[in-house]
Amino acid sequence: MAQSKVKPKQSPSTAAFEPWNDPNEKPLIQFKGVTKRFGDFTAIDNLTLDIFEREFFALLGPSGCGKTTMMRMLAGFETPTEGQILLSGRDIGDVPPNKRAVNMMFQSYALFPHLSVWDNIAFGLRREKRDKDSIASRVDEMLRLTRLEKFANRKPHQISGGQRQRVALARSLAKAPKLLLLDEPLGALDRKLREETQFELMDIQETTGTTFVIVTHDQEEAMTVASRVAVMDEGKMVQVATPQTIYEAPNSVYVASFIGDVNLIRGTANLRNVATAAPAAPESESETKPEPVTKIETDEDPRKPQPNDYGKWLHDRLLAPILGQRVDEPKALPAPTKAELAAAAELQAPVDVPEGGLTIDWAENTPALIAANGDPEFDGNEVVLALRPEKMGIAKTKPDAPNVMRGKVIDIAYLGNISTYHVELKTGTMVKAQVANTRRVSRRNITWEDEVWVSFSATAGVVLTE
Amino acid sequence: MRQFSWFNATSLTLGFAFLYLPMIILVIYSFNESRLVTVWAGFSTKWYGELLQNEEFLDAAWVTVKVAFFSSTLATVLGTMAAQVLVRGGRFPGRTLFSGMIYAPLVMPEVITGLSLLLLFIGIGLDRGVLTVVLAHTTFSMCFVSVVVSSRLTSFDRSLEEAALDLGASPFDAFRLVTLPIIAPAVISSWLLAFTLSLDDLVIASFTTGPGATTLPIKVFSAVRLGVSPEINALSTIMIGIVTVGVITASLVSKRTALQQARAEQAAARTA
Ligand SMILES: Nc1ncnc2c1ncn2[C@@H]1O[C@H](COP(=O)(O)OP(=O)(O)OP(=O)(O)O)[C@@H](O)[C@H]1O
Ligand SMILES: [Mg+2]
Repeated sequence: MAQSKVKPKQSPSTAAFEPWNDPNEKPLIQFKGVTKRFGDFTAIDNLTLDIFEREFFALLGPSGCGKTTMMRMLAGFETPTEGQILLSGRDIGDVPPNKRAVNMMFQSYALFPHLSVWDNIAFGLRREKRDKDSIASRVDEMLRLTRLEKFANRKPHQISGGQRQRVALARSLAKAPKLLLLDEPLGALDRKLREETQFELMDIQETTGTTFVIVTHDQEEAMTVASRVAVMDEGKMVQVATPQTIYEAPNSVYVASFIGDVNLIRGTANLRNVATAAPAAPESESETKPEPVTKIETDEDPRKPQPNDYGKWLHDRLLAPILGQRVDEPKALPAPTKAELAAAAELQAPVDVPEGGLTIDWAENTPALIAANGDPEFDGNEVVLALRPEKMGIAKTKPDAPNVMRGKVIDIAYLGNISTYHVELKTGTMVKAQVANTRRVSRRNITWEDEVWVSFSATAGVVLTE
Repeated sequence: MRQFSWFNATSLTLGFAFLYLPMIILVIYSFNESRLVTVWAGFSTKWYGELLQNEEFLDAAWVTVKVAFFSSTLATVLGTMAAQVLVRGGRFPGRTLFSGMIYAPLVMPEVITGLSLLLLFIGIGLDRGVLTVVLAHTTFSMCFVSVVVSSRLTSFDRSLEEAALDLGASPFDAFRLVTLPIIAPAVISSWLLAFTLSLDDLVIASFTTGPGATTLPIKVFSAVRLGVSPEINALSTIMIGIVTVGVITASLVSKRTALQQARAEQAAARTA
């Protein structure tokens, strides 16, 4: 399996929350070689994993991969067939569910149908033998948090699906447990409420220091809330890393294609010959590119046309006395602003292709693709170049980029803020390129059936083996 | 929908006539003026009046109600516990065997149940009387209770109990505060069922009864051997009435609340 190279930020002075990189940090939860079998079906396969205090740990994976089973073992409803689960260093194998400082929000909510919303939330608090007032104030706080004040006296079957989900959430939050397990807590909420609740959860987590393990099918949600994301497949952890690493440096094709959209280009890797690295695209005119115009560096407003020295002399000495003082009025289009110039400079600046890495032969009679970040160990192997659509550029004229591929626009998906172009390459491979819609529809010039160039930088992709 | 044919109408009439005609005749004759059961001599309620004067019958009725009350209560408690263990107890060796065995008394000939109980009571030297009848009735109505309650428990979302445990309730609290309120309708209707079963049992009661513990069915049976009297008809009519009310209430309670609960649970589960 491919190991992507991500350097962990290893400086103790940074305030970044990365206990998994700190060898002195004691994990809150430790799975030690945990296997769970139902009959001869293996739901969890030899799982070893540490989860730290105050983490927001997201479990991602296809249906049936064992996410709920893992949570149920933490909550105490299933016992591992093999291995140990430690909570704060203590084996919790024979601690019954009602004695664990762990609360779980069930995937099916499991609200008590005969109790009102209020009593559902108060259920756990009452078991702690708290006094009435503190129970009441805590329940009211939870109701306020989940915006259920109006429904306090209703029974679960008298409220909507999303409201039920919030009751379940409130009920599990009420006891402020050390460890909170949320099995798809926000699936039934509309987008706005979901986002608000996500921030609410992060807030709660920051104020109470609770450790969250959350199952979600929504990778955006995982990206938003999680300190680390675990991608599971058939009872195994495929990758456990920060959302950024998972997204930018997936360790396998499985992870890359599970999280977000990805273009997979298969080919053969070759060690990149540094000396001849630059002209990977032979027709590239990168060397002859004119220097970007950076002359107008005056402090005066560059939008007002200014006469040059000669013009000024002519005007002042000759024309003005005869024709009178000329009123300075802009006669041309305003010149670009400094910011616009900077942006243009960046676009036109010769592409800086880092050295090293791999080249990937992916189709005959096409230049090999450059992956400057590819692991040299893959030399000679069949590899997959995983590219995020938003890292792909698309243009009608051949752009100046280390990697370009020719194709035809098959489909355009307009998503409001962005558009996704589905491009069929000459080899028949379909790739997607995502472009931000900064211009209005009429100004965009690429349309169906257009011959286009898809481009990406030398470090845009991740080289993986299957 | 298909036409309601003559054939269907006839078979329905015949079937129901077969089931209910004897009872209807009995009810009609209980309002007969004449002492002779088979001769109609006009409408009267005098046999009901006389019945109320008959000490023996009233005693027997009282014994029957006592037996029915205690045995059905005991059977409900034990049957519910058995159901809880069999449905929820997790896997333990012999579980399938036990769940199968709980149904056996349903099909066991009553004579055999009665006889075996009689032998047991004699064997352990228990004096036969109200207590032995109560125990005997408990044993056979218990399996009805556990069948009804376990069918309710099977359709009951397990995760509710788990949620209760998760929130810190002891297993007993989880049962008391979550399971029991939800299965309550099934428990009540099985109590009513056990009550009516005990009311009309003759065979097992006659095996296990003793002096001073004559139940109404026994009394009726022995009275009939001396000749059918309109008084018996009146008594039987009253018993039919009570049993009918009991059975109808039981089924109404269980049906209505089962419906309600199913709705509530469905709604409470994710509306996917
Ligand atoms: N009690 C059980 N007996 C047998 N198999 C089980 C049991 N519980 C779970 N499984 C199996 O274990 C696997 C993992 O189940 P689990 O509920 O953990 O999936 P999941 O990842 O939560 O899926 P989803 O996203 O659909 O909720 C499934 O294939 C399931 O069929
Ligand atoms: Mg699940």
